[in-house]
Amino acid sequence: MTDKIFNKKDWFDTLKGLRNSYRIFVPVREGDFHNFRSLEDETIPNFDFFNTRLSPKSVVYPQSERMLECLNDTESPEHGVLKEAAKDYSQQAIIGIRPCDAQAFQIVKRNFDNPDYRDPLWVQRFESTILVGMGCNAPCPTCFCSSVGGGPFSEEYLDAIIFDLQGRYLIKGLTERGNEIISNMQGGTPADVKVIDESKAIAALANERVTSTVPSDKLTEKSVTGLFGAPFWEDVAFSCINCGTCTFLCPTCWCFDIQDETCGKQVDRVRNWDTCMSPLFTLEGSGHNPREKKFQRVRQRFMHKLKYYPDKFKSGVQCSGCGRCVRYCPVNIDIRRVAAMMNEY
Amino acid sequence: MQEYTEKIRETAKRLLTEGKVDVFIGYRKGTVPMMCEPVLISDPDKTGLLHWDSNCALNLCNYLTKRTDRIGIIANGCNSRNIVTHIIENQIKREQLYILGIPCTGMIDPRAVKRVVKFREIHGVEEKDGRFIVKGDGFEEAFDKKELLQKNCATCLHRNPVLYDELLGDKVPEQDGIEPFRDVKKIEAMGSDDKWGFFTRMISSCIRCYACRNACPLCYCTTCFVDEAQPQWVGKSTDPTDTMTFHILRAFHCAGRCTDCGACERACPMGINVRQFTKKLNKDALELFGWEAGLNDGQRPPLDVYKTDDNNDFIR
Repeated sequence: MTDKIFNKKDWFDTLKGLRNSYRIFVPVREGDFHNFRSLEDETIPNFDFFNTRLSPKSVVYPQSERMLECLNDTESPEHGVLKEAAKDYSQQAIIGIRPCDAQAFQIVKRNFDNPDYRDPLWVQRFESTILVGMGCNAPCPTCFCSSVGGGPFSEEYLDAIIFDLQGRYLIKGLTERGNEIISNMQGGTPADVKVIDESKAIAALANERVTSTVPSDKLTEKSVTGLFGAPFWEDVAFSCINCGTCTFLCPTCWCFDIQDETCGKQVDRVRNWDTCMSPLFTLEGSGHNPREKKFQRVRQRFMHKLKYYPDKFKSGVQCSGCGRCVRYCPVNIDIRRVAAMMNEY
Repeated sequence: MQEYTEKIRETAKRLLTEGKVDVFIGYRKGTVPMMCEPVLISDPDKTGLLHWDSNCALNLCNYLTKRTDRIGIIANGCNSRNIVTHIIENQIKREQLYILGIPCTGMIDPRAVKRVVKFREIHGVEEKDGRFIVKGDGFEEAFDKKELLQKNCATCLHRNPVLYDELLGDKVPEQDGIEPFRDVKKIEAMGSDDKWGFFTRMISSCIRCYACRNACPLCYCTTCFVDEAQPQWVGKSTDPTDTMTFHILRAFHCAGRCTDCGACERACPMGINVRQFTKKLNKDALELFGWEAGLNDGQRPPLDVYKTDDNNDFIR
């Protein structure tokens, strides 16, 4: 039994102590919202948050990542020879990740790590990442994790889970790696039965509080071409301004673009997040664009998440219900509403 | 301002039924608090969806660009000025439009609302007689609208529409005693290193989603300079140089055209005060050319005309 209890006042010291063995990511308050940042000497972690504005996907899959590099120097024998850029795959841990965002990694994993294809950058970094989750005592009205295979205290996708019990944290190990990081945490006291009962009560209460739903039960039986040709896409897409907010904030969007950048003689091959909302995403070298119109791009996003992905991987939808796109879409295109339209069509 | 909702619905229904317009562009109530979604309606029986409150802050002019049909549209002060700008920039024809003017008392800033309730989760916001009742988990608090106004609305000098076919209410008094450029002057007073530092910090959280650009009715280029691939003017990584290039160039493209409608700032998912760039150019346009965008559909904007009395020596 490795489960431990920590007083909140000792908690930051405990986390800082972990830096001897891991690179630690914690939620940090940045103005009006929180984001996950690397824990440095001056960092002030802040666990008083609903969820971070940006998902923690960037801890595994940075928005811009140098993949390869070479020299642009005709006088050098190394001219134009691409080599892997230096990377750090040492052990790291995300402390306080919400269960929805942890589930998102498993959703993305089907794409980056499957029998046909393994993305070396994503896989190596994901395998070196330990997910120490924090259950949501107060899920938001926009949260719908329970409809897509998760829950505010879902333990399925985590290595360890933290329960926020007024003034104290209970940490429960869920995997071998989780138990190991807990045993590396200094201080704390072993959890007793009373505290574990308390944590169960909090989780049960939180589960009841998720009231928002996304119906997707009938999606797999629908025909792809039927949904593709449904009459509602123009309506759904009307207000869309084709920005990348939904895709960049989404923990399950993985699309990227590869660019070569030069600075003097140094050439970097960089992988950047891309967004299917941008017309440039599908613009072909010939000048033809198969998704030239806005409604085609909006349709792609929903069809990919709710139809193509479940069909291809014989799984649930490509969404973990975090609600970021619902909350921060500048024009209020709501995936819950669109999913219901698709499910009922 | 909610009293406009019924009038908008009635008028839209009438215009669509009489065949005066093919489509009507307005807002419908959003699915989350403090959000309204732009909506296009062509069926007179669906006009009941239309809605107006103090969260109709995205600029509907954005949805007019290069449309070829006859359109009914709602416009408050800033939106009407963007429509004027669209007309003089040949993005839409005046005769295609039937404009329902709305004298406006400003939009509320969802970020300000979240701050005043100390970031507790908000479940609903009700608007009543200029008061806002914010409800959430275990709390209910009331605020005056003027405490919660969007920053651009707090300094707005053109609350009444400048171009309309029908006005849906009595004109509202324009605000006086307003000093619209106080924030710009503060930045102007800085040394160049401090200015650079200020803007660098300001955009440091930018994720290059382009919501600011895309929410702006002025940004209608077929291919934006940041999307050009041959040649590629701007890198696509999160390199701060590229991000700054995007923001500064975007702002310059809006020089003498921006109405300070605030859609860019409202759309930004990272809460960046992108108006700090465009406001400086608005101040310059006013001081150098006596120009405020979109007030007059009979006059060319200062940056696309030549005048012998130009402010600058080099051009005379």
